[in-house]
Amino acid sequence: MSLRTSPVPADAPNKIAVKGLEFYYGDFHALTDITVDIKEKAVTAFIGPSGCGKSTFLRCFNRMNDLIPGTRAEGLIALDGQHIYEAGVDPVDLRRRIGMIFQQPNPFPMSIYDNVAFGPRLQGVKRKAELDEIVQTSLERANLWKETKDILGRNGLALSGGQQQRLCIARVLAVEPEVMLMDEPCSAIDPTSVQKIEDLMAELKDRITIVIVTHNMQQAARVSDFTAFFLQEVAGEPAVLVEYDRTSNLFTSPKDRRTEDYITGRFG
Amino acid sequence: MNKNVTNAIALTLLWVSAITTVAVLGTVILYVVYNGIGELSPAFIFTWPEGVAAEGGIWPTIVSTMYVTALAMVIVTPIAILAAVYLAEYAVQGRLVGTIRFAADSLASVPSIVMGLFGLALFVEAAGIGFSMLSAALALSFLMLPIVMRTTEEAIRAVPKYIRWGSYGLGATKWQTVSRIVLPAAMPRIITGIILATGRAVGETAVVIYTMGQAINLPVTPLDSGRPMTVHLYLLAMEGINLPAAYGTALLLMILILAFNLGARYFLRRNRKV
Repeated sequence: MSLRTSPVPADAPNKIAVKGLEFYYGDFHALTDITVDIKEKAVTAFIGPSGCGKSTFLRCFNRMNDLIPGTRAEGLIALDGQHIYEAGVDPVDLRRRIGMIFQQPNPFPMSIYDNVAFGPRLQGVKRKAELDEIVQTSLERANLWKETKDILGRNGLALSGGQQQRLCIARVLAVEPEVMLMDEPCSAIDPTSVQKIEDLMAELKDRITIVIVTHNMQQAARVSDFTAFFLQEVAGEPAVLVEYDRTSNLFTSPKDRRTEDYITGRFG
Repeated sequence: MNKNVTNAIALTLLWVSAITTVAVLGTVILYVVYNGIGELSPAFIFTWPEGVAAEGGIWPTIVSTMYVTALAMVIVTPIAILAAVYLAEYAVQGRLVGTIRFAADSLASVPSIVMGLFGLALFVEAAGIGFSMLSAALALSFLMLPIVMRTTEEAIRAVPKYIRWGSYGLGATKWQTVSRIVLPAAMPRIITGIILATGRAVGETAVVIYTMGQAINLPVTPLDSGRPMTVHLYLLAMEGINLPAAYGTALLLMILILAFNLGARYFLRRNRKV
């Protein structure tokens, strides 16, 4: 089912390295002692029951959690060896390098063209020809060009849910990110569109690193090269990373009993 | 009592109450229309009042009203929007913001005649601006400020969080997100708030009677005095100068305010479709 061509080599470079991460929402300790390496140009899936902190963890990578007052991250997250929580790292610059797709498709209430051109314009691209080019390339890479090339002036909200999500992907691709974070990107759209987005991920990982949070284990098995299983064992206690491995290994021969229980559907 | 009977009684009461509301509005409108419609003509709108009985038209008062309203709108809009952006997006939500909001709500409920008195003391006299469009517009802007600010704040808050996240996620700064995404998305509701506040200013009497003067003048600069429609109406009626012209003015005022309200609805409707 997957369009994956060849397995990512074991010695593939790390795009993001996480060491001993602790995360707090005010007094609530949400994640503890998370250590994981995200491989470059691969798809890594985060799975686990609701409330296990996988989305929280994802939002640490582009520091979206900074927008929530009272949150705090300790430990190390390095993007290409550079600690991203270090003083002097501007989260705004970081988010240009690490794009994000959200659960709810969130096109801006403006034309399809302006949606895609938004990021490049932020970076000061003004020339019409250049913007036209970026918009077309980005929509093509998001497999949305054919459907939208004649209606670029139409409001992005007029598209279907699945198209909106691909528009959001095009919008992210337009700023040429190195990493794309996807926070349950398929949970609010129809099955046909899910298929399209999964195919798209397989195409995109030639050039960018993808991290996806998903509720859907089958989806994780289909689209990802690596899978991390998160679990909050006791309510009120911080969640942990239970197991992290190649997707094929994790789903066929999990090392941890809790992983096995989860993927065989005994809980969650 | 039989529950069907109770139901019927309740229904009747509700129906009568609803009808009463409509009837009151209808009576007022019909009365003004009945008495004023005979006065309405292009000449009434576009010519000057003449003689002691203010025969003729009311053109200068229409211009005065429009002038002062537009001026007040120009003063209020940027301040109100910036204040609302600060409150909704930047301020740390706490006691200070609570106080600002409470102040705005209180400001909105200050009797307008008090605002007029204040305008007279501050702008007309202390600041030495005199009876003028500017004094009146400044005093009116006190009245409009909380309305526009609060509706703008609500409009900004109504922009979904996940749309902002999309912008931040693309590496937009807070100001870029506010100015390019949040404000445009909130604009229909902001404009609606401005229109409603403007409608309120058009019909305002107490504030302008203290600050604009009463001389029948065609204002050109903001420092010119004038007589707005509401004051004209008040003087014509209270001093029994020309009752038909008073009704004509009243009718024109109502039409103007109705137009503002319809405009506000139109804006909301048109943009809700998207």
